[in-house]
Amino acid sequence: MSKVILEVKNLTKVYRIGLIRQKEIVAVNNINFNVKEGEIISLVGESGSGKTTTARIILRLLRPTSGNVLFNGKDIWVDIGNKKELKWYWRNVNGVFQDPYSSFNPTHTIRFVMLRTFNLFDEEIDYDTKINMIKEALKEVGLIPEEILDKRPFELSGGMRQRVLIARIFLIRPKLVIADEPTSMIDATLRLSLLDLFLKLRDEFKTSQIFITHDLGLATYISDRILVMYKGEIVEEGIPEEILNKPSHPYTKKLLESVPKLYSKWLT
Amino acid sequence: MNSLAIGEIMSILDVRNFRAYYFTKAGTVKAVDGVNLSIDKKTIIGIVGESGCGKSTLAKALSFNVEPPLKIVKGDIVIDGIKINDMTTDEIRRKILGIKVALIPQSAMNALVPTVKIRSFIKDVLKEKTGYTTLEIFELAVKRFKELNLPIEALDMYPFELSGGMRQRVLIAIATLLNPSLLIADEPTSALDVSTQKMVLETLYDIYRRGLVKSIIFISHDIATVRQIADEIVVMYAGKFVEKGSTEEMINEPLHPYSKGLIFSILTPELIVRERVRKAKEVLLKGEPPSLINPPSGCRFHPRCPYAMDICRREEPPMIEVERNRFVSCWLYVKR
Repeated sequence: MSKVILEVKNLTKVYRIGLIRQKEIVAVNNINFNVKEGEIISLVGESGSGKTTTARIILRLLRPTSGNVLFNGKDIWVDIGNKKELKWYWRNVNGVFQDPYSSFNPTHTIRFVMLRTFNLFDEEIDYDTKINMIKEALKEVGLIPEEILDKRPFELSGGMRQRVLIARIFLIRPKLVIADEPTSMIDATLRLSLLDLFLKLRDEFKTSQIFITHDLGLATYISDRILVMYKGEIVEEGIPEEILNKPSHPYTKKLLESVPKLYSKWLT
Repeated sequence: MNSLAIGEIMSILDVRNFRAYYFTKAGTVKAVDGVNLSIDKKTIIGIVGESGCGKSTLAKALSFNVEPPLKIVKGDIVIDGIKINDMTTDEIRRKILGIKVALIPQSAMNALVPTVKIRSFIKDVLKEKTGYTTLEIFELAVKRFKELNLPIEALDMYPFELSGGMRQRVLIAIATLLNPSLLIADEPTSALDVSTQKMVLETLYDIYRRGLVKSIIFISHDIATVRQIADEIVVMYAGKFVEKGSTEEMINEPLHPYSKGLIFSILTPELIVRERVRKAKEVLLKGEPPSLINPPSGCRFHPRCPYAMDICRREEPPMIEVERNRFVSCWLYVKR
């Protein structure tokens, strides 16, 4: 039995909007789950299901209204406060997001973006070693370092930009990666090779991963366990085989029915 | 008798050596570069490919939504027996658009006018083409909306008041009011949630089933969606068609190395597909599609092709019929 590295307990996030007549939106409603070492789970849901809010809370970018997130037993909103502790946390828990354009400053070269990653590192590393490590990481994700180090984000294709973000993860080697729709803007033939990089990360470094996606097909391919989110709640949880063959919640059933498939047809 | 027989076998669309290029400062982008396509009556044909393969350009060019820098460079188009090449732009607008061929673009929001109610939009579009009175047009629209189970109230709404799925369905109804022979749908469901996608597809199929359009070209990157509606699938790569076959054949046994890479990398929530993808790792593609300003010599796929031979680099492969109605453009299948 692998050990649990992340525990989410009774997590709730309520957004309050409006100044005078305040309206409350419960984005995440009392959810519980955990992630084991080397495990890949997916939070699957449509827009507004609360999956991205959950991801932002775990990345410690958004404060929950109530509930706890424990990473290796530490409550991230209680035990982590100062800069040093935050650095430690992000060294261990980091993310890859949907749109590489918004993850990059367009004026920075890839070299600069990658070098800045070392800000998360405690150890003193000299420049040459850093560059060598960067080159290694870029090679791991199938990029040719010499060709791209001095390029800027807009000079790369979408697939290559996403590879750079994954190379960052290979450099940091966190214990847990949150991947929020990392391939939703990427074409099918390139997507699979990107997903395989996440599998490689798990095989080489036992990196646990949380995929945030609307795509049940992707979740089926990549995950050990699928959690279906609907209106802020986790309505169903199981291994892909269980979710696909014996969905129990009406929402999961409806979702499965409405996704187009290769081996069945709706229209007759 | 003779002419009748010819009339019966005539196809809805016949396109030969069709080319549509973008003339930009950076160079000429050969987005559609010599495609042949013939569509019979009562056929839904799916054209699939990835971003930048030219499929949307093809949709625009075949429906004459051509604005600079895009230009139709070459090729004969015959739609429902009418040779378009001889016609002026004005004639095409009056006699062909909406009547013989109609386009449903990717985003319904951009196709409709945001400040105009659906009812007036329909009137504006149809009045010039048909010479019908406003009342006649309105009656036609109401009848069609009822037929397709669309709410009549939508006619008195502005586009932004409709949900994304409803907007797309309304647009489909408007585009086909004059029963065009050929409907071209360019990614009509790609911006929608999965549950709404299904409804839009059903509306499209409803129109086809009722014979309101004779044939449909359904263009999409999403093969699982195309698979739901298309009888035949064409795979497009770098401005050219590389393979065509019945939907079942294409899904189960793609021939062209690119089609294999494309079709075997689709992820759907099916365990059988997961196993298929895991097994198919060796056909997965490396690299990225080429620039269409300066496409590779010979077969445009050769730089990414695991089976590339000498001839692939030198000469463009012909499109050959490997079985009845099964076409592939690849040197691997050319008997020499």
